[in-house]
Amino acid sequence: MLHDKDRIFSNLYGMQPCTLEGARTRGHWDNTGDLIKKGRDWIIKQIKDSGLRGRGGAGFPTGLKWSFMPKESDGRPSYLVVNADESEPGTCKDREIIRHEPHTLIEGCLIASFAMGANACYIYIRGEYVREKEILQQAIDEAYDAHLLGKNAAHSNWDFDLYLHHGAGAYICGEETALLESLEGKKGMPRMKPPFPAGAGLYGCPTTVNNVESIAVVPTILRRGADWFAGFGRPNNTGTKIFAISGHVNFPCVVEESMSISFKELIETHCGGIRGGWENLKAVIPGGASVPCVRGEDMQNALMDFDYLKTELGSGLGTAAIIVMDQSTDIIKAIWRLSKFYKHESCGQCTPCREGTGWMMRVMERLVAGTAEVREIDMLFDVSKQVEGHTICALGDAAAWPIQGLIRNFRAEIEERIQKKTSQRLHAVAAA
Amino acid sequence: MLRRLHLEQPSTFTFTPLNQKWAEAQISKFPEGRKASAIIPILWRAQEQEGWLTQPAIEYVADMLDIAYIRALEVASFYFMFHLQPVGRVAHIQVCGTTPCMICGSEELIDVCKRKIAPKAHQLSHDGKLSWEEVECLGSCCNAPMAQIGKDYYEDLTRDSFVRIIDELVSGQVPTPGSQTGRFSSEPKSGLTSLAKAQHNSMLQNASVDRALILKDGIKRIDGSEVPLQTPWLQSKINV
Repeated sequence: MLHDKDRIFSNLYGMQPCTLEGARTRGHWDNTGDLIKKGRDWIIKQIKDSGLRGRGGAGFPTGLKWSFMPKESDGRPSYLVVNADESEPGTCKDREIIRHEPHTLIEGCLIASFAMGANACYIYIRGEYVREKEILQQAIDEAYDAHLLGKNAAHSNWDFDLYLHHGAGAYICGEETALLESLEGKKGMPRMKPPFPAGAGLYGCPTTVNNVESIAVVPTILRRGADWFAGFGRPNNTGTKIFAISGHVNFPCVVEESMSISFKELIETHCGGIRGGWENLKAVIPGGASVPCVRGEDMQNALMDFDYLKTELGSGLGTAAIIVMDQSTDIIKAIWRLSKFYKHESCGQCTPCREGTGWMMRVMERLVAGTAEVREIDMLFDVSKQVEGHTICALGDAAAWPIQGLIRNFRAEIEERIQKKTSQRLHAVAAA
Repeated sequence: MLRRLHLEQPSTFTFTPLNQKWAEAQISKFPEGRKASAIIPILWRAQEQEGWLTQPAIEYVADMLDIAYIRALEVASFYFMFHLQPVGRVAHIQVCGTTPCMICGSEELIDVCKRKIAPKAHQLSHDGKLSWEEVECLGSCCNAPMAQIGKDYYEDLTRDSFVRIIDELVSGQVPTPGSQTGRFSSEPKSGLTSLAKAQHNSMLQNASVDRALILKDGIKRIDGSEVPLQTPWLQSKINV
């Protein structure tokens, strides 16, 4: 278990003030200017050495991503855009950073922007987080007043402006290029890649889009050293991580833990165990709605990191939003609800996704009712494979994977329901 | 999903002077020639002022940003937080129905809405005070089930606490947001398993609830007097 002294987000629950003064007593904004003066290459090397992988779901190495930004400007400005459009079902970690540790995020924005040669940064927060938006704006105002932002920000010799912008309820804007479209005042429809944002992003300028948590851990990594951060978790899966455990555990919570912690330890230590005991565990979605569900018994020995969940269980760590479901759950319905979510959130740009998400949802509806035919299970799987990988962005994949996970892991239950319904129908016909 | 303008529209829209000022401050966040970037916050403020997003408001914002009406309508109809039809006079209640909330009982909350407010989403209650809809994940999954009412999140709901909240709204009160079961924020309900240095903990409620209690504007029609938008970045530009 992670010790409190190694927790980056020491005010995760907001029991202490989220003001600048509060943040300073917790060690943030301490000699930030000197950290920056160590130079761009030093910062990027530290982040690379720390092994930090992006916390927004895909797990791409953060330092490497930063190094894609142009070293010299060709006349265009560079931008950092922070993705605070936290909308992946099950995920509620960035909200805690934004409302309770806003200064850690702001400080991270300054350092990361400097490391990428950006004098301006936009934080794009989801529109529903109204209070969180107000809190973050207040913190930004405080930072400007204290000369931590603006000209020669925090005595770093770097001029830096930080702007808060918000969305209005479109999940797709969490996709980085859709976010950029939205930030330009358009519908949030993903762009074709290439060009990648580092080449042509916001307003056609070099841009890096990072998750809130990825940016907010940066100041602490630089202060405590890459080795310290890399000391947690398994190789290639390092650091501390905020987990959000929802659903059928005794005490759902958000908590910062060591990467690669075992699922069992995480649940036993922080969530008071599975509701009704471990034998009552039916299924787990370990990384937010987009990753395939895993059978409860397979989770018992699971390690919570990118590589284990992907290679051993065919799922993923995603945003580390763990949705736990006990035996009382109608798992088919639980996944159907996700299909409904993706149908609702498809931006409609690519036909396989626009049509496929609705089609898959309607078949899922019949699987829930048991009114489908058994052969339709394979047809559904097949169609999901035709959606997957055939769209501009990953929403098509994200809509397909939960269904594939359901069929792989709970096929017997789907068939049983169909057979039960069929025999009921036959009995009814016979009785008539 | 098909979203169209409401059949009956008011004839005009104009921002209150303070909202106008606020909207202009939003525009100052973006580079020269990129005014259109500010469209979402400004449309949102129009909705906060009026309760829903009217056609004159969309056109007003388009004029303000020098963009074609159709471009503004495109944005207004794309993003689901924009209500293109009137909502309850007192409040519009948005119950999260996505899987993490669903498996924790959000269907019961939707049932309460159907019974107490209106049988269908987006319908006004008989007294016109409330309306409701089921929305997708609001990002408060460790406090499921939950609902957003105005600016605020009401978390850890039960059928009973939700009924009480609705009754209070109808009677003209604003219920205290946040966890309805006494949790501080998203810590384990049983008590802290990390960060348990109680003596340093000085806040009475989490930051979101704190703001709601200070500003008392959770379901208020926003006129711009609540929180002005500072523009410190303009200061640093002048110094250049």
